[in-house]
Amino acid sequence: MAKSNKPIIWGLFAAGGTITAFVTPVLVLLTLFAAMRFAPTMFTYDSIHAFAAHWLGKLIIFGIITLSLWHAAHRFRVALFDVGVRADLVVATILYIIAALGTISTFFSLLSIH
Amino acid sequence: MSSKPYIREIPKTSWFFRQPRYMRYMGREVSSFFIGAFTLLLVVGLKRLAQGPEAFQSFLDALRGPLGVLFCLITLAAALYHSTSWFNVTPQAMPIQRGEELVPGKMIVGAHYAIWAVVSLIVLILGI
Repeated sequence: MAKSNKPIIWGLFAAGGTITAFVTPVLVLLTLFAAMRFAPTMFTYDSIHAFAAHWLGKLIIFGIITLSLWHAAHRFRVALFDVGVRADLVVATILYIIAALGTISTFFSLLSIH
Repeated sequence: MSSKPYIREIPKTSWFFRQPRYMRYMGREVSSFFIGAFTLLLVVGLKRLAQGPEAFQSFLDALRGPLGVLFCLITLAAALYHSTSWFNVTPQAMPIQRGEELVPGKMIVGAHYAIWAVVSLIVLILGI
């Protein structure tokens, strides 16, 4: 059987869709609270910094951001094709590069937080 | 008799307006745009966090405003739509077999909703 990179892309997509389904709504809700100044004690620099400084926190943040980014990039690629953007190679390249840059940025941000 | 084949015209850019079913499909697909944009916002926030308290405060200040609130509201709707539609098809996406019998779909969906509720509650308590 011919080798294909589809299982890897599909696997990342499914894992990302699942993790996003579990955590993104509540993360958006917290961000909304912060944007509305709902609770001044929330989103403090110290508490988030402490979470990101712990190795388990780093792992959780990296996993959520990376998988969500790949899920969104892959799905938005398909969505653009569906609305008539047929330059799939260009779209895929741009979206996957954005996802990769986000992953790299997250990696180095986490590395510099201790 | 005409030998012309019948070709059904399908508009490339507006086909999904034809049926509510197609609209829901596009809605699910487009939710990925807002989830992607929000995740990129998290990437920026994390970078600001790494740069120090002042940088992080200016990130929060930029978020605070009608545009930030509007973006969060739209993204919240998109994320909720993604979560419910994703969990509702889990029995088809990953059927679980126990012995001879398939585990009922309602149990698989219910388990996902239960985990979702617990995870959301934990994050809310940690976040607030």
